[in-house]
Amino acid sequence: MAKKFLSGNEAFAEGIRLARPQVISAYPITPQTIVVERLSEMVEDKSLESEFIHVESEHSALSCAMGASAVGARAFTATSSQGLLYMAEGLYYASGGRFPIVMMNANRSTALPWNIYGDQRDSLSQLDSGWIQSYAENAQEALDMALMSYYIAEHKDVSTPYMANLDGFVLTHTYEVVDVPEREQADRFLPKFTTDNKLDLENPRNLAFSAGPDHNYIFKYKEHEGLLNAAKVIDEAEEKFADIFGRRYTGLIETYKTEDAERIIITLGSISGLVKETVNKLREKDEKVGVVRIRYMRPFPGKEIAEAVKNASHIAVLEKDISFGNEGTVYTNVNSALHRFGADVRSSDYIGGLGGKNISSADIEDIFERIKNDDTEVRFLGIGGEEN
Amino acid sequence: MRPYLREKIPSSIDEIPSATAYEAGYLVTKNSGWRNVRPVIDTATCVGCQNCYLYCPDGVISIEDGKAKIDYDFCKGCGICRTVCKPGAIRMEAEK
Amino acid sequence: MSINAKTLDKTEYFYGHKACAGCGGSLAVRIALKVLGKRSIAVLPAGCMSAVGFNFPQLCFGNNAIISTFAGTASMLTGVYAGLKAQGITDFQAVGFAGDGGTADIGLQALSGAIDRNDDILYICYDNEAYMNTGIQKSSLTPFGAKTTTTPAGKNIRGNLRQKKNMFEIAAAHDIPYAATASIGYINDFMAKVEKASKIRGTKYIHVIAPCPTGWGVASDQTVDIAKEVVDCGLWYLAEYENGSFKINRRPKEFSSVEEYIRRQGRFKHLNDEDIKVIIDSRDKKWEAIDKTYSLQ
Repeated sequence: MAKKFLSGNEAFAEGIRLARPQVISAYPITPQTIVVERLSEMVEDKSLESEFIHVESEHSALSCAMGASAVGARAFTATSSQGLLYMAEGLYYASGGRFPIVMMNANRSTALPWNIYGDQRDSLSQLDSGWIQSYAENAQEALDMALMSYYIAEHKDVSTPYMANLDGFVLTHTYEVVDVPEREQADRFLPKFTTDNKLDLENPRNLAFSAGPDHNYIFKYKEHEGLLNAAKVIDEAEEKFADIFGRRYTGLIETYKTEDAERIIITLGSISGLVKETVNKLREKDEKVGVVRIRYMRPFPGKEIAEAVKNASHIAVLEKDISFGNEGTVYTNVNSALHRFGADVRSSDYIGGLGGKNISSADIEDIFERIKNDDTEVRFLGIGGEEN
Repeated sequence: MRPYLREKIPSSIDEIPSATAYEAGYLVTKNSGWRNVRPVIDTATCVGCQNCYLYCPDGVISIEDGKAKIDYDFCKGCGICRTVCKPGAIRMEAEK
Repeated sequence: MSINAKTLDKTEYFYGHKACAGCGGSLAVRIALKVLGKRSIAVLPAGCMSAVGFNFPQLCFGNNAIISTFAGTASMLTGVYAGLKAQGITDFQAVGFAGDGGTADIGLQALSGAIDRNDDILYICYDNEAYMNTGIQKSSLTPFGAKTTTTPAGKNIRGNLRQKKNMFEIAAAHDIPYAATASIGYINDFMAKVEKASKIRGTKYIHVIAPCPTGWGVASDQTVDIAKEVVDCGLWYLAEYENGSFKINRRPKEFSSVEEYIRRQGRFKHLNDEDIKVIIDSRDKKWEAIDKTYSLQ
C-alpha cells in the first residue's frame, strides 16, 4: 500500500481505478468533476484500461452505463445534485433492470435557489429508486467503498446498482492522507464481473422488457429481495476486505460510544467526525452521549439502529435534508424502524447543513442539551422548530 | 428460423427471472384472432416473385417451392401482400 | 451488388409482434434486421416497436434486443458498443430503431452526442409522423396540415401549423460518416442503404418514412403504396449524405399529384385547396434547394 495525500474525489477515483470499470460515462458537474478528470487521466496514461465516453448529459451517462452493463461490461458513472435529478428516470431503470452499475454522487444542494455546496437532499430524494446507497465519512472510506461497491453490486444475490455518496466539498475537496491499495491486492479482492443478465451474441436475449400485472409484481419483489440481500453481502465484502487490506468496517452502521449512552445522535456522512469529537468533549464532562453513523441508507439498517439505541432515553437525527411539509427523510426512516423493532425511545429531528451551511460543534452540543428535556421536535439549526 | 410458439408460459415465482432478461424470440400467443379477412394464394397464378414476402410487416410469408406460403398463426390480414402482388395471385377472403 | 429479396437472410428476427395490421414501422424494423443479420443488437426506446415487441413472456425479437429509456436510444447504443468493444468484441452491429418523437424530439440530444463522438452505431428513425404509440399526438416530424389528437382540425386551428423538421440534414450537419433517407415504399433502396451503412465505421443515420395506417387514416393494405406515393409526389425524397456531400437518389422528372396523396388520408381530410397550395409551394421550394445543393446520383 502507498500513502498518498488525496482529496475525497481523488481517493474515490483511485478506488475506481483499482476496480477496473470497462466503460466510464460521465458528465461534469461541480463538485464531482475531479473524479471524472482523474479517471480520464488514468485512461490516458493507461493506468486504467477503459472506454471513456464523453456523454452530452447525465441522462445519457446513465443510459450509456446501462447499455454497457447490458452486454456484461463493468460500468461507472458519477454525478451530483441537478445531474442526479436529471438522470432520475435512469435510476429506476437501472435498478429495475438489475444492472450493477456504480455511481459516485457528490452530495450537493438542489436548486432553487442555486447552490453548489453540500447537503444530501439530492440522493435522499432518490431513496426509493432501488439503488444501494452508501455515505462515506472520510476519503479513506470513500476509496474503500469504491472498491467494495462492485463486489456488493455485482454479487449474484444482489445485482443492484450502487450509489456511493460523498459530501460535496467537505469530503470531495478536502485532502487527507489515504492508503492506496496495490493493484495486485485489489485484483485479489474483486472478482471479474460475470452475469447472465446480458445480451449475448451466442445466446440471444431480450432485455428490459415490459411485464403486465400478472408478472410485474414478481419482478418488483425480486428487486426488493436483491436490495435486502445487499446487507449480508456488505458484511461478506468487508470481511474479505479486512483480510486483504487490514482495514475493518462495521456494516450498515457504525456505533460510537453508544453502549451506555442515554442520548444518541444518529447521522450520516462527513459530519459524523465532528459529532464524534463533540461526544468525546461531552464524555469528559461525564455526559452519557453517543453516535450512530448510518453508512448505508439502502438497504436501511432499521434493526441495527433500533438495537444500537434501545437503551437510550432520547435520540436526535441530524441530517442535511428536509422532506418539505413533513420532516427529514432520515428521521422518517429511523422512526419507522424504532417503532417496528420495538425500541421505546423518544426522538427529535435536526435539519442542518442545507446549502452548505456550517454545522458547528456548538450546534451539536446544543442538540445533545435540547434532547435532555425530552422534547420531540423538528428543528432547523439556526432557525427554530415546529412542535410535533 | 424465426421466433416460435412455446408450450411453457413462465408464470410462477420460480419461473420468472430475477432480471428483465429472457430468451430471445419467445412467443406464447398467436395473432390469428386479429384477422377478419385472410389472404389466400392462388398457386397457379403465383410466380414466386417474393414481393409479398418482402413487404409483409409481420414476416409471415415465405417462398416454398417457388410459391408463396402464409403462416396463418401470425398473419393479421392487413392485405399488403395482395396490394403488392403484381400477378394478382392473392385474394382476401372473409374469416368465418 | 446490392442486396435483394433473393439474397436477403431468410430468418425472421421480428416476429409475432402486436403492431397494428399493416404497420409500416414494423416492416422497417423487420427488413433492417434481415439485412443486418443475427449479430445485430437492437436498441428500441419506449414507443410503438418496443410496446408491440417486448411484452414478457411474448418476446418477439429473435436477435439480441433491449428497450432503452425514451430519450436514451443513442446513448444506450453507445453503451452497448463500448461495452462489447471493451471486451474485445467488434463483429456485431448495434442498431437503434426509434420513432419520429423518440428521434427528433426527446432523443435528439442523445443522438447528437453519439454522432459527435462518432460511435460505431447505426441509428434508424422510423418516421410515422406523430406519436402513434400514445394515440397520434403531434411530433416535430408531423407534416403541415396533419390532424393529430393534439393538433385538432377545427374552426380556429387547422391541424398542425408547423413544417416537418429535416432530421436528415440535421444529422448531416454533424458531418456524420453516413446519413440517408428512405421509404418503406422503396424497400430495395432502404435495404441497400442499411447494408451500406453496416459496412461504414462510425455513426450512421437512416431516416425511413414508415406510414401508420391508424394514424394517417388509410386502409391497412395501403401502407406500402402510400409510402411510395409520398416519394413520387415529392413530399419526401430519397437521398444520401456521404463524404461531406449530399446526393439525391431519385429525382422525379414530374411529380405525381400532391392533392391525390393528401386527399386519400384521413388526417388531411379538412384541408382546402389553399392549404394544399401551401404544401405544394413548400415542396417546390425544398426541391429548388435540393437541385442547388444535392448532386444527382
